[in-house]
Amino acid sequence: MAEEINQDDLTQRILRIIAETQRKDPAQVAIDSSFEELGIDSMDGVNIVFALENEFDINVPDEEVRNIRSVRDMVEGVRALIEQRKQQGDAPSDAAPAAS
Amino acid sequence: MRRIVVTGIGVISGLGKDREAFAGALREGRCGIAPLMNAECHDLRFRNVAEVKCYDPADHFSLKEADMIDRFAQFAVVAAREAVRQSGIEWTQELRESSAIVTGSCVGGQATENQGFWDVYKMGKTRVHPMTIPKTMANAGASAISLEFGITGPAFTISTACSSSAHAIGQAFWMLRSGMCDVALTGGSEAPFSYGILKAWEAMRVVSPTVCRPFSKDRNGMILGEGSAMMVLESLDRALARGAKPLAEIVGFGMSSDAHHITQPSAEGAAKAVRMALNCAGIAPEQVGYVNAHGTGTTVNDITETAALHLAFGGHAKRLAISSTKAMHGHTLGAAGAIESSATVLALANGILPPTINFNERDPECDLDYVPNCPRAADVEYAISNSFAFGGLNAVLAWRRYSV
Repeated sequence: MAEEINQDDLTQRILRIIAETQRKDPAQVAIDSSFEELGIDSMDGVNIVFALENEFDINVPDEEVRNIRSVRDMVEGVRALIEQRKQQGDAPSDAAPAAS
Repeated sequence: MRRIVVTGIGVISGLGKDREAFAGALREGRCGIAPLMNAECHDLRFRNVAEVKCYDPADHFSLKEADMIDRFAQFAVVAAREAVRQSGIEWTQELRESSAIVTGSCVGGQATENQGFWDVYKMGKTRVHPMTIPKTMANAGASAISLEFGITGPAFTISTACSSSAHAIGQAFWMLRSGMCDVALTGGSEAPFSYGILKAWEAMRVVSPTVCRPFSKDRNGMILGEGSAMMVLESLDRALARGAKPLAEIVGFGMSSDAHHITQPSAEGAAKAVRMALNCAGIAPEQVGYVNAHGTGTTVNDITETAALHLAFGGHAKRLAISSTKAMHGHTLGAAGAIESSATVLALANGILPPTINFNERDPECDLDYVPNCPRAADVEYAISNSFAFGGLNAVLAWRRYSV
C-alpha cells in the first residue's frame, strides 16, 4: 500500500469489507448506516475488525474496538491507524511474526 | 428423596497445587494471576493468566504415565486423588462397579494437539505422535480417573464450554439421587494454554491486558486459568454409615439454554437456570445467602448476571452476598463450575465468604453486594454457584451447609 490512499477509495473498501463479512449486498452499507440498521452486534463488530486488520495490515487495540459504535467510527479508526503507520515508516506497529 | 452430600474435594489451580492452598487463598483474598510461563505468548495482547505454577508431572506420575496423559487429564487425576483421600472411601470391587465418573472439559488436551499440528503444519514433519488422539480427547480425564481407581460404572464427559463441569456435577447429582449409582467422582479439568488457543482468545477481545475485576466499573475483561477440581458425591445415608464427614449437601441443579446469541448472554436464560436450581432444591429465593457468580469480569457478563439475579431473586437480590472468585483463580473454562463449586462448599463449611478482589469502583449497572476485596465471616445455609457458557448454555448448582 505504498500509493496514496484516496479517502473515498478507502471508505469504499471498508464498506465493501463490512458488507462481505456480514454477507450483505454492498448497496445496503453506507458510511452513515448504524449498526442497528445493519443488524451488527458486538461479535459481528469483532469479526469485521478482524477482516479490516487483515486487509489493511493494521492492529486495532481492544479498547478501541469496545468504543466502535458505527460504520463511520470504523472508517475513521482505520484511516487514523493507516496514517499512524505511515508516520512510523510503514512498518506495522506491533505485528511481530508468529512463533518461529 | 435421597440426600446427596460431598465427602471429599480436591483442587489444583492457579492458587496452588492442593485444596489447602486453594482454601487458604480464598480466605485471604489472594490472587493467583501472574505472567504466563509455560507457553509461547510473546506477541499476545495479554500476558497474565492463572497458571498452576511449578507443576512437575514427576511429582504425581511415573514418567511413563506422564507421557500417556495430557496436562489437563493429569490435573483431573491429581484432584480426584485428593478428593478420594479426603472422603476416606475404601474401594471394594462392588463399589468400583457402582461408582460413576462425570467430568467436564471445554478444550481437552490442547497442548498435545497444538504440538502435533505444529509438527506437521510448521515443522514439515510427516507424522504426529501416536498418542495425540487419546491425549487430546475431552474424556481423557474421566478415563484416567477410571484407570486410576479401577472404577467400572458409568463414566463420561460433558463439554458445554464454561458450564462443562457444572453440568457434570449436576448430572452426577441427579444420577445419585435417582439411585443409578452409589458414589460419583465428578468435576472438571482444563489446561488451555497453547499458543494457538491463546491467539484465539485474543481474537475474541474479551481477555484483560491487566487483571480481572469482576463487577467493578473499570473491569476490562477476563483472565484465563487452568486447573481442576473434583468432588466425591454420595448419598448421605452411605456417608454416615461408613463414618464419613459430609462437607456440604448438594440440593439443586438447574439448566437452561438462552436461544439468544452464540456469545452474548441473556439475563432471562440465566435467571431461568437459577429458578430451576431453587425449584429442584425446594427452597425459596429468600433462603439463599451467597452466590458464587459466573462473574467473568467482561463488561457484558457482569451486567447481564446482575440483571439475572434481580430477575430470579426479586427484592432479595439486594440482600445476597455475591462474589466472583475468578479474580483469584481465573476463568478455568471447563473446570470453572467445579472449582467455583468447591469454593462455595468451602465457604459454607468454613463460614467465610471469599471476596471479589481487585474491586475498585461501583458500576451503576452492577448494583448488588459483591463482597468487595475483603473476605466476610457469614453463617450461610444455602448458596448457589452460577456457570453461563458461550453458546448460551447455563448451569446453576445449589448447595446447603451440612447439618443433620
